[in-house]
Amino acid sequence: MKKFDQLTTTAIPLLIDHIDTDQIIPARFLKTTVKTGIGENLFRDWRYLPNTQPNPDFVLNQSTYSGELLIGGENFGCGSSREHAVWALMDFGFRVVMATSFADIFKQNALNNGLIPLQVAPAFWESCVQAIQNNPSTKITVDLNDQTVKFNDESAHFEIDAFRKQCILKGYTDLDYLVSIQDEITAFEAAHTVPAIGFQ
Amino acid sequence: MGKTLLDKIWDKHVVKQIDAVTDVLYIDRHFVHEVTSPQAFSELKEKGLPVFRINNTVATADHNVPTKDQHLPIQEALSRKQVDTLIANCKEFGVELYGLGHPFQGIVHVIGPELGLTLPGITAVCGDSHTSTHGALGAVAFGIGTSQVAQTLAAQCLIMKRPKKMRISVNGSLGKGVTPKDVILYIASQISTSGATDHFIEFAGTTFEAMSIEGRMTVCNMSIELGARGGLVAPDQKTFDYLKGRKFLPKDQDLEQLQAYWKTLYSDNEATFDKEVTFHASDIDPMITYGTNPGLGIKIQDQVPLEAPKKSLEYMAVEAGQSLIGKRIENVFIGSCTNARIEDLRLAASLVKGRTTAPHVNAMVIPGSKQVEKQAIEEGLDKIFEAAGFQFRQPGCSACLGMNEDKVPKGEYCVSTSNRNFEGRQGVGARTMLASPLTAAACAITGTITDVREMMSYEEV
Repeated sequence: MKKFDQLTTTAIPLLIDHIDTDQIIPARFLKTTVKTGIGENLFRDWRYLPNTQPNPDFVLNQSTYSGELLIGGENFGCGSSREHAVWALMDFGFRVVMATSFADIFKQNALNNGLIPLQVAPAFWESCVQAIQNNPSTKITVDLNDQTVKFNDESAHFEIDAFRKQCILKGYTDLDYLVSIQDEITAFEAAHTVPAIGFQ
Repeated sequence: MGKTLLDKIWDKHVVKQIDAVTDVLYIDRHFVHEVTSPQAFSELKEKGLPVFRINNTVATADHNVPTKDQHLPIQEALSRKQVDTLIANCKEFGVELYGLGHPFQGIVHVIGPELGLTLPGITAVCGDSHTSTHGALGAVAFGIGTSQVAQTLAAQCLIMKRPKKMRISVNGSLGKGVTPKDVILYIASQISTSGATDHFIEFAGTTFEAMSIEGRMTVCNMSIELGARGGLVAPDQKTFDYLKGRKFLPKDQDLEQLQAYWKTLYSDNEATFDKEVTFHASDIDPMITYGTNPGLGIKIQDQVPLEAPKKSLEYMAVEAGQSLIGKRIENVFIGSCTNARIEDLRLAASLVKGRTTAPHVNAMVIPGSKQVEKQAIEEGLDKIFEAAGFQFRQPGCSACLGMNEDKVPKGEYCVSTSNRNFEGRQGVGARTMLASPLTAAACAITGTITDVREMMSYEEV
């Protein structure tokens, strides 16, 4: 879990709805057994032409835009549960994805790694996109403590579950907590109706 | 205040509450496969932790495996390494593995139910979004990422926010040539791929009551394609009959205790849902997708909508306002966790029998598991497919996501019984059209997009 507190950054607009995790990281790059080096193939088939040259029409290849915040459209991260999508975005250098909605598993994976799934209302999203298109050096500030996102003179509140917020602010992982309550889990099992699998 | 089915099962599995919306949820069954587990096992190793409950955990190799010559070493080096890593991890941690060569090997969402590992009223997870399939038996089953795979391995629990509840009802009898796959593709075309985001779906109504358990699996499988974390159907006599004699069905007292619990598994009349939609079975026809997400589907006789997303149409090389009937296709894939169970194979074979695939079509049938493969061979379905010009291969995820050698060539069309038609899903530049096993079989015969009803005699279902 990578801690996150506050970030001021420029942004990269990738204005497509329903960006699925197969686009973020195609299945043929899931054959890794580690978490690193995955950013190389982020958006592989959009980013590169069939001859492996960078696609000049793809926004990540244009010098106009840079930054640690990616702006996607509606239902960002739909499809497969591959956490590799989050690892690829973070490995590439993103800390925040701003969208009008997120797919559920992607959102959970993002929160488990400290990538902020920043859900904003369509009006704010449009206004932010316009500002960035007018001036790509527009700075956006995302503050997890007070749950606000700001650019120029506009700002908005964003939602995040209180528990998830604390985990990301402090860099806590669910795993450490769950292991610490194993005695309670064992006690729960003693009264549970569903038996374990009877392997012979 | 009544309770929904989801809440009844969820409540039964809450170890403790963290806050008003966050629970520590106990997981009864954890299915593991080679792609999303290596980094999770590594995390346990780094922290010096064992697998907390090996008797709640089962692994199989499915995503990467070849569908030919499975007795030989895997040729593709990275796939081999990933499968070998799974074998090594299962050995080191003592996890039960149904790997290549094992009679129980298969697609993880096919083997769970068929072995009686999945049961009504349980919680089940897997590092794969199509874990929703298991909901057909009345389980709360959902896909997780690798961090959560590690958590489940380490403590058999997850920290989860309770999902919102959505009920999708379909009532009435399905028409000729209309299958469970058409039902779910129809629902996706109506509510879109984000229509159920943040919700857990209960499928209800007479259409699902009349549907076989395997048909319900096809429907629940694609819950994720509606944006839902999972979907389930209340268990009924069909569910209990399906489970009889399954390998890992609990026995004696354990089973009696479970059966008493299973009788409580339905949404109460007074239960309220956050979202409800209702459809009529008579409105559903054989479906086909034209675009690059599963919500972009039409009734096979309809035209591609004028408002269809441009990027999708360009990728698929189809035009708005066009009918797809008669469009030439080059590949047919019958397989995947959506449609590779024995009923799917029987249905496709019923149409294929005595017919021949079009010469320009590459048609494949990939059974969902070793058990399905064995059953199909016993029934002679392999012979029917092969006589018609299909390849009948060995179990795995195969061309659904093309992690093994089974890929659709660039620019070619594939009528596929799988679940996703995303850009490049079946291979770089591949163009996927999702359909039922019956429609896929019909398209293999004619080599074009075909309304299967026109090939069916009056007696055929």
